[in-house]
Amino acid sequence: MNTSQPVEAVVALRGVHKQFGAVRAIDGIDLTLAPGECVGLVGHNGAGKSTLVNLINGTLKPSRGEIDSHVTRGGRGSAIRSVFQELSLCPNLSAAENLRIAHPTLKGLGWRRRAGAEIRASLDQVFPGHGIDTDARVDTLSIAQRQMIEIAIGFAPRGGQARLVILDEPTSSLDAGIAEQLLAYVERFCAEGGTVVFISHMLGEIFRVASRIVVMQDGRVVAERASQDFDRDSLVDAMGHVAQHAPSADRRRDAEGASTAGAGASGETVIEDAAGLSARRGEIVGLAGLAGHGQAEALARLYFAGTSGWRAPRQPRMAFVAGDRGRDGVLPLWSILRNLSLSVLPAGARRGAVDRHAEATLGHDWQQRIGIRSDDLGNPITSLSGGNQQKVLFARALASSAPIVVMDDPMRGVDVGTKQEVYALIRAEADAGRTFLWYSTETEEVCQCDRVFVFRDGKISAELSGAEISEERILAASFEMQEN
Amino acid sequence: MQSLISRPWLWAWLAAIAVFALSIALSGASQAGGLLYAALSFGAFAAIVGIGQMLVITLGPGNIDLSIPAVMTLAGTLALKAMDGAPGTALLGLGVALLVGLGCGAANFALIRLLRLPPIIATLAASLLYQSLAIWSNRGLRIKPPAALADFATGRTLGVPNVALIGVLLALVVWWLLERGLWGRWLLATGQNPRAARLAGVPVERVRASAYLSVALLAGLTGFLLASFSGGAALNMGQQYLLLSIAVVVIGGTSIAGGFSNVPGVWGAALFMFLVVSMLNAYGFDAGARMMLTGMIIIGIVIAANARRRRA
Repeated sequence: MNTSQPVEAVVALRGVHKQFGAVRAIDGIDLTLAPGECVGLVGHNGAGKSTLVNLINGTLKPSRGEIDSHVTRGGRGSAIRSVFQELSLCPNLSAAENLRIAHPTLKGLGWRRRAGAEIRASLDQVFPGHGIDTDARVDTLSIAQRQMIEIAIGFAPRGGQARLVILDEPTSSLDAGIAEQLLAYVERFCAEGGTVVFISHMLGEIFRVASRIVVMQDGRVVAERASQDFDRDSLVDAMGHVAQHAPSADRRRDAEGASTAGAGASGETVIEDAAGLSARRGEIVGLAGLAGHGQAEALARLYFAGTSGWRAPRQPRMAFVAGDRGRDGVLPLWSILRNLSLSVLPAGARRGAVDRHAEATLGHDWQQRIGIRSDDLGNPITSLSGGNQQKVLFARALASSAPIVVMDDPMRGVDVGTKQEVYALIRAEADAGRTFLWYSTETEEVCQCDRVFVFRDGKISAELSGAEISEERILAASFEMQEN
Repeated sequence: MQSLISRPWLWAWLAAIAVFALSIALSGASQAGGLLYAALSFGAFAAIVGIGQMLVITLGPGNIDLSIPAVMTLAGTLALKAMDGAPGTALLGLGVALLVGLGCGAANFALIRLLRLPPIIATLAASLLYQSLAIWSNRGLRIKPPAALADFATGRTLGVPNVALIGVLLALVVWWLLERGLWGRWLLATGQNPRAARLAGVPVERVRASAYLSVALLAGLTGFLLASFSGGAALNMGQQYLLLSIAVVVIGGTSIAGGFSNVPGVWGAALFMFLVVSMLNAYGFDAGARMMLTGMIIIGIVIAANARRRRA
């Protein structure tokens, strides 16, 4: 493709290093990004992808090495745009006003109207038929809509032209249909000479859009090839995890066969709410449907109704795994350990005192079990990459003795290898009698569940169980009512 | 990590020591003991209400108790009235003061929770009510505290003012609760992000209620001690503690954004605030200049402490 043609690079990195204290986040990287190419960037949590992005867009200065670019880089007029997995919009402003923040030359009377027109045009281009009210406050929108606005701002002209757009896990909160619109737009954008760096843990998407794939590990580029030279297994191998063939379906069938007579299928009902959501002991119940159709709200309602703001029993009834980490999960001033242990503390407390020895042991155990990448659990939680923060939140919920675990799209930004480990952990816990309620935007995850409720417009539109659970059935139920 | 945590309270203590040294430079070393004794006595009152205010401020943005002065006045007034100067009634008076504190705290929290008023409005409005109750029950009479109680409040043990010992003891208790206790973890988690804390199983409503009860309880206790210390309750006795209780929290290094408390800093800041005023007095500034300089010094300290923390 374009890689072989002698074109002037949009950005070229030569021997770039970046250190934070003793930590080598980037350890000698050479990378050239040419016009018209889409580079897929993959690697495990903490491999240095986000740091690399911040070096490319000029937010960070390299400790060593050079970065050359012939387009405006850094600052607000930058032709290099970054869209992060951590949503960075101002929640108290509208989409149009958020665009204005990134577009400093939009001034004078009527700026709000012009900003609205620009963001609408960009949204229409990337996500035709998006239906987002660009004058609504961002915090009234769903997480998927916020992500769409962020992407649209990245591609908007903003008084210049986007030359390089870096998308960091852009689809993790988008459902399949919207994600497909984005992928199609990325292809058009590159065909017109733009450059995209696409970071994703969903390898299918990488293969779909990337012309070249760069694999990172421990701050270095360990493989870099045209995407047709990789297949799924060789890519996972290059990332440094043993390739695991989608074990989900088989394992579910096995578990089902083994447990039809046991706890799984015949366990007593432990949850039943007015909306029709129900779950039995030892069951993994999935919530599916297009993003933002009331699944997260249903889970939050269930959790708030099932627990109290006044009592904290030694054995809590429910534990919650947040997907929107900043809003629902992470306590930013605290260490990794304190974040991890919070839900378990009442069980170990003696006369109101925290058992700090037990806390340290618990932290150590879970660091091993779930692979939290940090040499000291006393480090601030914010020193971890997004995916590792997510693992801490998982450990927080699973370490508690709660018989019911509620998970609100908990795999956002978690790498492939860890996902497989967490799937296995969930299945083992369910076999031991725990109940899981699991909302996911990824159909692959929903297909691991024993029973699935498909949501549409805030209501349950279908209930599937066992062999009925398939991507086609879920998609059909997601769109059913829309066709009428 | 350890030095990062200790930095915020270090500032308040350094400032207090610097001001102490400046005062001694003017008045001579012979005054050092007397000045320190006075600072410990008066600083204790600011420290106790400051620790209460700190707990509420730690709950996060918007949380503050503006009813501290009124609760102090009401508790002091009613306690002295109940004791009526009779010997052997000190514990009765203490009980009345603490009950007044608890009642006011419960009323504050009820207004905040049931009427969903912002704490700043709820506690300000409630404080008018408490102040009116104090005026109504006081009616201008000035009852002296029982002699033994007055002696205790102004007395010393091993050369340290008794009120300062009480203040240090309370500081140690609260420090333990925050550093070692489950309740402290809950309070700090709630202050960082109440929604995330609730989703992690923290009983956030109980934490908020207990913080508002604690501050009122400490204000009631301070009113009782101050009235005993100064020979009677006065209607304006709590006045200066509105600004003071907030200033010592901020200077002491507690985060105004919530989720981070600092107990030793509150004591350092309380000593500092007393020493600044007495130093400016000693240098002969008039009341207007004194207030202006105090305000400027507070702003300076807060800027310096924050700049330090951002660099860390």
